[in-house]
Amino acid sequence: MVPLSWYLVFAAALFSIGMFGVLSRRNAVAILLGIELMLNAVNINLAAFWRYGDVRLMTGQVFAIIVFAVAAAEVAVGLALVISVYRNRHTVVADEIDMLKW
Amino acid sequence: MTGEQIVFLVVAFFTLAAGFMVVTTRNLVHAALWLVAALFGVAVTYVTLHANFLAVVQVVVYIGAIAILFIFAVMLTRRDMRDQGPQMNKNWWLGALLAVLTFGGLYFLLQGWEGMTKTATSYPVSFDAISELGSALVSPVGYVLPFEVASVLLVAALVGAVYVAFNPRNGDTRK
Amino acid sequence: MSFWNDPLKVAADWLLGVFTGWGMPELAANILIGFLGILILISLLMVLDIGLVWVERKVVARFQDRIGPNRLGPFGLIQPFADIIKLMIKEDITPAGADKVIYNIAPMLSMMSVLILWAVVPLAPAILGVDLNIGVLYIIAAGSIGTLSIIMAGWASNNKFALIGAFRQVAVMISFEVPMLATMLIPTILAGSMGTAAIVEKQDIWYVLLAPLGALIFLIAAIAELGRAPFDLAEGESELVSGYNIEYSGMKFGMFYAGELLHAFTFGGFWAILFFGGYRFFGLEKVSPFLAIAVILFKAFIGYWLIMWVRYTLLRIRIDHMLAFNWKFLTPLAFTLIMVTALMNALLAGAPAWLYIAGMFLSNIVVAWGALEIARFYSRRERERIEGKQVVAAGH
Repeated sequence: MVPLSWYLVFAAALFSIGMFGVLSRRNAVAILLGIELMLNAVNINLAAFWRYGDVRLMTGQVFAIIVFAVAAAEVAVGLALVISVYRNRHTVVADEIDMLKW
Repeated sequence: MTGEQIVFLVVAFFTLAAGFMVVTTRNLVHAALWLVAALFGVAVTYVTLHANFLAVVQVVVYIGAIAILFIFAVMLTRRDMRDQGPQMNKNWWLGALLAVLTFGGLYFLLQGWEGMTKTATSYPVSFDAISELGSALVSPVGYVLPFEVASVLLVAALVGAVYVAFNPRNGDTRK
Repeated sequence: MSFWNDPLKVAADWLLGVFTGWGMPELAANILIGFLGILILISLLMVLDIGLVWVERKVVARFQDRIGPNRLGPFGLIQPFADIIKLMIKEDITPAGADKVIYNIAPMLSMMSVLILWAVVPLAPAILGVDLNIGVLYIIAAGSIGTLSIIMAGWASNNKFALIGAFRQVAVMISFEVPMLATMLIPTILAGSMGTAAIVEKQDIWYVLLAPLGALIFLIAAIAELGRAPFDLAEGESELVSGYNIEYSGMKFGMFYAGELLHAFTFGGFWAILFFGGYRFFGLEKVSPFLAIAVILFKAFIGYWLIMWVRYTLLRIRIDHMLAFNWKFLTPLAFTLIMVTALMNALLAGAPAWLYIAGMFLSNIVVAWGALEIARFYSRRERERIEGKQVVAAGH
C-alpha cells in the first residue's frame, strides 16, 4: 500500500515545478501552463486526503471539482487576456507588457 | 515493494518529468503537449486513489478543453513564438531557488506531521463514490452553495472571455 | 457453467489454470490474461475494420447507383486486403519541416482513441471490458483524446491546409461535445446510472420511445463528432484537399482512415446501447451470449448504415452555419430536453407504464415542435428582413 507521504511529496514536487515555470518563463501562455501544474498538484492533495481520510466524507472530491471549474475559468479568461494583449501590443512576453510602468 | 507502489512510482516519475519538460521546453506547442502528458499522469494518479470520476473529468476538462485552448492560444499568438531569444527571464535562477526552497520547506513541514506515514483503510466494497458525490453536490446540507458559486463563476468567466477576446474590428487582427 | 453460457469466465479460468500450472504467480497470470483479452478484442476489431472498408465502399456504391468493388473475390470481398497491401508498400513520407515525433504519434493516438471506446461496450450480459460506473463520461473522455490527435496531426504536418482542417475539426468537435454529453445524460437520468452495462440492463423499454428527440440529437452530434458529411469540414476535399491528414501517406493515413471507419461503427453501437436496448432483443440475449453479441453487432450496423446514408445523401454545410446551428439551436434544445426529461421522469415516477411512455414521448414531441416553431419564427423574420431590402433595391 502506498503511504500518504508519497502522494504529498509528489504533489509538493509538482507544485514546485509549476511555481518555477510561473516565476521564470517570459511567455504569458507558458506562465499559465505553470499555473495549471500548480492547480493539479493541489488537486492530487485533495484527492489523496479524501482517500486517506474517511471515504464517506466527499469534501475532498467536491473541492477538487470546484478547483476544476476554477481552472477552466482561469484558463478561459487568462488566454482571452493574452490574446487581447497580443492584439494590442503584438507581444505576449510578460516583461514587455509594461504599460502601467513609466 | 508491492505492485501499487511500483505503479505509483512509475506514474509519479513520468508526471514529474513531463512537468519539468513543460517549464523548460523552448517550443511552446511542445510545452502544451507535455502538459497533456503531465495531466494524464495526474489522471492515472486519481485512478490509483480510487477517484475514478475525478480521473475521467480530468481527461475531459484538462485534455479535451484546456490543453486544446492552450494550443490554440499558442498558435494565435505565434508571431513571438519563434524559438529565438531566451524563454526564461533573467531572474530564472531566483525562481528555481524559490521553487527548491518551497519544495524543501513543504517536505520539512510534512516530516514533522504524524499523519505522514498513514496508509489508507481498504476501500469499502459496495461504496458508490459517484452517487455519494452527486448527492453531496446538490444536497442543502452538502455543498450546493459552493457548487452554485462555481457555476456562476463559470458563466461569468465565459462571458468575460468572450468580451475580452472579442475583436470589434470584425476579425481583422492586422493593422 | 459451460463455455456456451459464459465464455469469458470459462476461458479466463482455463487460462488461469494453465498459467499457474506453469508456475506463474496468480497476479502475473491475471495481468497476462487481461492483456490477452485486450489483444484478442483489438485483433477482432481490426478484422471487423477490414470488413467495414468493404461495407463502406459497397454501400456508397449502391447509394450512388454504382456496383462498387466486384473484381477481387466474390462480391469484391478481397478488395480491402488489396487496399491494405497497397497502403503498406507505399513510401512512408515525413514532410520536411514536420515535427517528427508528434507527426508520428498522432495517427496512433487517433486509432487509440477509438479502440479504448470498446472497453465500455457491453457485448453481452457479462461480456464487457470493464464495467465503469462512469461509462458515459468515459466515452467523452476518449473523444477528447481524438480531438488532441487531430490537432497534433494538423500542427505537426507543417502545412497550412492541414492546420486549417485541424482547426475546423477541433472547433466542431469541441462544440458538438456539448449537446452530445447533454443527450447522453438522458439515458443516464432514465436508467439512474452512468454505466453502459447498467443502462442496457435497465432498458426494458427502448429509450428511443422515451426520448426520440434525444436519440436524434445524439445521432446528429455523433455525426459531427465523427467529421462525416454533412459535417466533413475537416476533409473538405474541394477547399482543403484532405484536411488534417493531407501530409500522411501509407499506413499512417491508413490508421486515420481505419480509425474513422471504426469510430463511425462504434458510434452506431453507442447509439444502439443508449437508445435501442444494446444487446437486448425480446429475450434473445438470455438464450446465448453469442446471440447477444450478434444482436449488438447487428444494431451497430444499422446505426452505421444510417450514418453512411446521411453521409452520402447530404451536402457539406459551411463552418459558421454549422457552429451557429450547434450553439444557437442544438445546445439549447439539448439542455431543454434534459430538464424536461428529468421533470417528467420525476412527475411520472409512480405512473403506470403506458402513461409513463406516452408522457415521455409526448413531452419530447412538444419540445421538438416548440423548437421548430421558434426556429421558423426567427428564420422567417430573417428572410423578411433580407427580402424587404431586396424589394427596396428593386424600386430604385
